Amino acid sequence: MKVIYTDSLIIGGGLAGLRTAIATRQRGYDSIILSLMPAKRSHSAAAQGGMQASLGASVKGEGDNEDVHFEDTVKGSDWGCDQDVARMFVNTAPKAIRQLCAWGVPWSRVRKGDREVVINGQKVTITEKDENHGLITSRDFGGTKKWRTCYTSDGAGHTMLYAMDNKAIELGIQVHERKEAVALIHEDGVCYGAVVRDLITGELLAYVAKATVIATGGYGRLYAVTTNAVISEGIGNAIALETGVAPLGNMEAVQFHPTAIVPVGILTTEGCRGDGGLLLDKDGYRFMPDYEPGKKELASRDVVSRRMTEHIRKGKGVPSRYGDHLWLDITLLGRAHIEKNLREVKEICEYFLGIDPVKEYIPVRPTQHYSMGGVRTKPTGESPTLKGLFAAGEASCWDMHGFNRLGGNSVAETVVAGMIVGEYVADYCASNPLKIDTELIEKFVNQEQEKISTLLSRDKGESAFALKKEMQQIMMDKVGIFRNEADLSKAVEELKVLHQKSKNIALRYKVRAANPELVEAIRVPKMIRLAQCVAYGAMLRKESRGAHSREDYPERNDRDWLKRTLTFWKNEDEDLPEVKYEELNIMKMEIAPGARGYGVDNTIHHPDTEKRLAEIEEIKKTNPSADRFELQRLLNPIEIPEKFRGKNERIGIGFK
Amino acid sequence: MSDERILKFHILRFNPQVKGDVPTMKTYEVKEAPGMTIFIALNDIRETQDPSLQFDFICRAGICGSCAMIINGRPDLACRTLTSKFPDGEIKLLPLPGFELIGDLSVNTGKFMRAMSERVESWIHDTYADSVDLDRLEERMDPDIADQIYELERCVECGCCISACATKRMRDGFLGAVGFMRLARYALDPRDKRSDEEFYEIIGDDDGVFGCMTLLGCQDYCPKDLPHQTQIAYLRRKMALVK
Ligand SMILES: Cc1cc2nc3c(=O)[nH]c(=O)nc-3n(C[C@H](O)[C@H](O)[C@H](O)COP(=O)(O)OP(=O)(O)OC[C@H]3O[C@@H](n4cnc5c(N)ncnc54)[C@H](O)[C@@H]3O)c2cc1C
Ligand code: SF4
Ligand code: SF4
Ligand code: FES
Repeated sequence: MKVIYTDSLIIGGGLAGLRTAIATRQRGYDSIILSLMPAKRSHSAAAQGGMQASLGASVKGEGDNEDVHFEDTVKGSDWGCDQDVARMFVNTAPKAIRQLCAWGVPWSRVRKGDREVVINGQKVTITEKDENHGLITSRDFGGTKKWRTCYTSDGAGHTMLYAMDNKAIELGIQVHERKEAVALIHEDGVCYGAVVRDLITGELLAYVAKATVIATGGYGRLYAVTTNAVISEGIGNAIALETGVAPLGNMEAVQFHPTAIVPVGILTTEGCRGDGGLLLDKDGYRFMPDYEPGKKELASRDVVSRRMTEHIRKGKGVPSRYGDHLWLDITLLGRAHIEKNLREVKEICEYFLGIDPVKEYIPVRPTQHYSMGGVRTKPTGESPTLKGLFAAGEASCWDMHGFNRLGGNSVAETVVAGMIVGEYVADYCASNPLKIDTELIEKFVNQEQEKISTLLSRDKGESAFALKKEMQQIMMDKVGIFRNEADLSKAVEELKVLHQKSKNIALRYKVRAANPELVEAIRVPKMIRLAQCVAYGAMLRKESRGAHSREDYPERNDRDWLKRTLTFWKNEDEDLPEVKYEELNIMKMEIAPGARGYGVDNTIHHPDTEKRLAEIEEIKKTNPSADRFELQRLLNPIEIPEKFRGKNERIGIGFK
Repeated sequence: MSDERILKFHILRFNPQVKGDVPTMKTYEVKEAPGMTIFIALNDIRETQDPSLQFDFICRAGICGSCAMIINGRPDLACRTLTSKFPDGEIKLLPLPGFELIGDLSVNTGKFMRAMSERVESWIHDTYADSVDLDRLEERMDPDIADQIYELERCVECGCCISACATKRMRDGFLGAVGFMRLARYALDPRDKRSDEEFYEIIGDDDGVFGCMTLLGCQDYCPKDLPHQTQIAYLRRKMALVK
């Protein structure tokens, strides 16, 4: 048995994993990153749109600050987020982006003088200030009050990931590629590392560490059509779930992005609409203003996706052999803009649709895009119940997104979480010795070895590929944008059956090494369990909040449902997870629950909401001279690592 | 009409992990679907005909650089290659040469690229980078320079340029176009404080720019259309001035 020791084991080489590893390395701890593929190929590379940080250097970002970003994030989450975490996040995001700037990201910059932009379908000239020339600029994104999304032409995620991986290389951090974590090693509520399968040799290895961090990205591939990479299968979440000790949070909170191309589901960035692109129906009619006269195409993602679906249901979709879709029109932005700031979109249209988006409309449809749920953590990033297990990035439910994340807030989260959680991981490494219990390690490795041997020796049984397809279709048809009891309970029943079947997978290719069918066979039962967490959690949640939209319970119900779903899977023989709920404490919220400002507000309020509103008023009244920083401390005192506590400077404003 | 086409995929099969396995070409037939890419077709083959078939796709959108292979003689990204491009429906797939073979169409570009990054020290060299005060305004940059750096940073480390390089084939230690491009990117970046002499140390010999025969296979096959010709010429001029 091969055992590899390190201080912190980071499972995942995307932005979140890399940044966490850098943080622990810089504090003097050894860290090893595991990745299915070279780190630079992680899905973070696909983020085209950008990263939110309230720098306020572009003229349309003027007046922006942490508080405005905070409000947008909380509203965007439909009050489902953890406001402490959202606060830590918005305060740190400007530092994160500035650090990436020092590490080499060629952020697009403010260019002084006039430039033409498209706002609400009209060409408008805006003038950038001379004194802001050369600072990081920003673009508009959905659900934000200010233009806050910083970007690198059309390749924000790519340049961020490259800068981050290059930094990791500079620091000599090892990335063990083509390695898949298949189980966590744990005992008595403490995590000691992971059992890892080498995807080339098929060998099982034990990685033993003081701290283990799950940074494996989202679980979009539970759905048949998704914008996510083919490796976004949620295995990191699944191995946490399978400990029976660490819960997953809000797995039913799944985001659908308004504009993925039809049929393959490749994303065209929100930047298309941010930069002025419009949504049109089969008659070429711009329908969003009818539904959302305020933010129109730039309402929050969940809202736009639902409105599009409603509009298609009214028969206004464009029929195609792949079902109805709508049009995304960016022709009005002009060739120069598209070829510079939306080039990736142009390439995608050319290669996959054979159209030129400078002249033609793009066929789009709302498509699974982001996983708000994940490994539930405390604000430190540590699991509340499994010591030594941390999570960061999309794989986590650190919970700054609640039930809907804003565009640009995700890559920002990965980096900020890496910074903050990384510090706590280092703290943990400092105060916990490396425990090596070979018997325990062996037990876990043998357990996985046995599962693989069983798979390889079974003569007849289910096809892993077929089971996966079935699962993905169930999720598409019954656990989608609009949900209802009948479909959800069917989904739950069908997934139970699939879960049973998944115990009987047999392989056609019975080789231990480099075997894609075996990889699938190991993953599929895990994925089915995750799918069940999503479906079952969605069935139980009898309200609509953010991206979780119940046709039979259309109102947001703070009275009964202002709580986070926690799912545990204690026994592999069970077909359903155990579900618990974690209340969100309104009396601690910096912004008490209110309306998001879309459609009719039919919220069923919690009795505490009024109390908290009154209390907030009172605090404000009794501290008339408090500036915004003092007020925040009074309303929402947060713990944040020392090094990130400073105020952020902004051009023309200073540190105010 | 084209819906009904039967495509013929001729694929090099070899699993070095299996003792005694030898490379062979195998043919698979796939019914073409509208908008079918090689990504879709290969998955179809794996799911319905041969579950052992190895290949690498991640983003399936031409963004991550995982899926380069030799498609009818040309290195290219398989995920964004439509099968309709091939009028006779015959598609021959080989793994990308110049890299360690993992199996079938999967090669170890990661190992190569990490070594490349270490060799050219693919990061900003600035002793102050880690003591930057993150609370203060970032250092300004000319917007045009930022755009130009991005243009050179669009490389996705797919390896097409390496597989198309005659010099690389003859000289194992040759850095190759992907490395030149990376270096050019840092040479252009005002945040990187390395001097020309320091760059010379890295590429000022026959394993560096002076070994390049400027046949420009790299430029022809780079799926991101990076300006290899101009950048190689630029690095040469710059390096020639050092000595
Ligand atoms: C098309 C697209 C566009 C997007 N655009 C934007 C945008 O413009 N702005 C924005 O803010 N957000 C955007 N997002 C979201 C954002 O990109 C992701 O949420 C974020 O990059 C996730 O980063 P991560 O580090 O958490 O995970 P990832 O980058 O997905 O990395 C996951 C890592 O985990 C590894 N891994 C997975 N499972 C295992 C395992 N079992 N063992 C070992 N390693 C494993 C993988 O190899 C990989 O290295 C976009 C998402 C998509 C799909
Ligand atoms: S120009 Fe130079 S680097 Fe490019 S393919 Fe030719 S020899 Fe290789
Ligand atoms: S330079 Fe072009 S061909 Fe070479 S690795 Fe980069 S993207 Fe691929
Ligand atoms: S799979 Fe990412 S470029 Fe082809």
